Amino acid sequence: MKFGVVVFPGSNCDADCYNAIADIPGAQVRYVWHKDRDISDLDCVVLPGGFSYGDYLRTGAIAALSPVMESVADFAKRGGLVLGICNGFQILLEAGLLPGAMRRNSTLTFICKDVYVKVERADTPFTSLYRQGQVIKMPIAHSDGNYYADQKTLDALETTGRVVFRYCDTEGLATAEHCPNGAMNNIAGIINESGNVLGLMPHPERCSEGVLGSGEDGRMLLMSCIHHLNRGR
Amino acid sequence: MMRFRARVYVMLKQTVLDPQGSAVLRALGDLGYDGIHDVRIGKIVDLSVQAEDPDEARAKVEEIAKRLLANPVLEEFSVFLEPDAAQGV
Repeated sequence: MKFGVVVFPGSNCDADCYNAIADIPGAQVRYVWHKDRDISDLDCVVLPGGFSYGDYLRTGAIAALSPVMESVADFAKRGGLVLGICNGFQILLEAGLLPGAMRRNSTLTFICKDVYVKVERADTPFTSLYRQGQVIKMPIAHSDGNYYADQKTLDALETTGRVVFRYCDTEGLATAEHCPNGAMNNIAGIINESGNVLGLMPHPERCSEGVLGSGEDGRMLLMSCIHHLNRGR
Repeated sequence: MMRFRARVYVMLKQTVLDPQGSAVLRALGDLGYDGIHDVRIGKIVDLSVQAEDPDEARAKVEEIAKRLLANPVLEEFSVFLEPDAAQGV
């Protein structure tokens, strides 16, 4: 099982992702420079968090045009697993691999805190080791996580069950009051139509090793990927 | 070939809430200004473009705006073009 963590200029969660993945038995991981095009050895590509290209123009806008993203788009088209975390999610939106866009947080502030999210779908390659409806705690750290899509897109996401994570309270209640950043329908993470490209704002890699003190709720996401890939072999 | 100055205005669509604009609107209220009903904040991008004629320059800039400068999910743009008097033909 080989993971690749893409490194853009300004990525800053690449080493965290690398370590969290390397810590899981059975997982191999390597870095992928944003100018590389050959990712044929990989089973799963991770676009990590950070501030690629200094967030210039719009978050993820410049990174979406990197050479590696052409390969990532091909890889996704062929069914490869692609996981975009935080800035990685923003890049997937800008690259058109997921629908919608991110606005500035409704608070107009950078938000860095633990939040609760509900696992709306436990039948994806990324979430199969969670329980359907499980409430998990993960940290967020972003300025632009205020998910937006037009009504038609939003309806399509909801009716086809493509909202995978939703901000909620400890009981799983997803009201606007428990949405940290103003995201429509409390959306924290969505998946593409074919179910192999996931983007989420919370950072699973920051809560994958208990010794770091942020819990281990994110570890299951990485382990789900491995579980899924193993099953396919 | 001629050189043109292009100015691209990128604004959030009217249907998209602009939290920065809303915050500035509230601040104007705090400063005691009344009669201000809406504030929208956008971006200006200036480009210097070489092209055969204004039509070609405009087409080029509109393509650039569509592909990169604006995100069509959230934003709309308008292009203003004038010959670059300083650097001429």
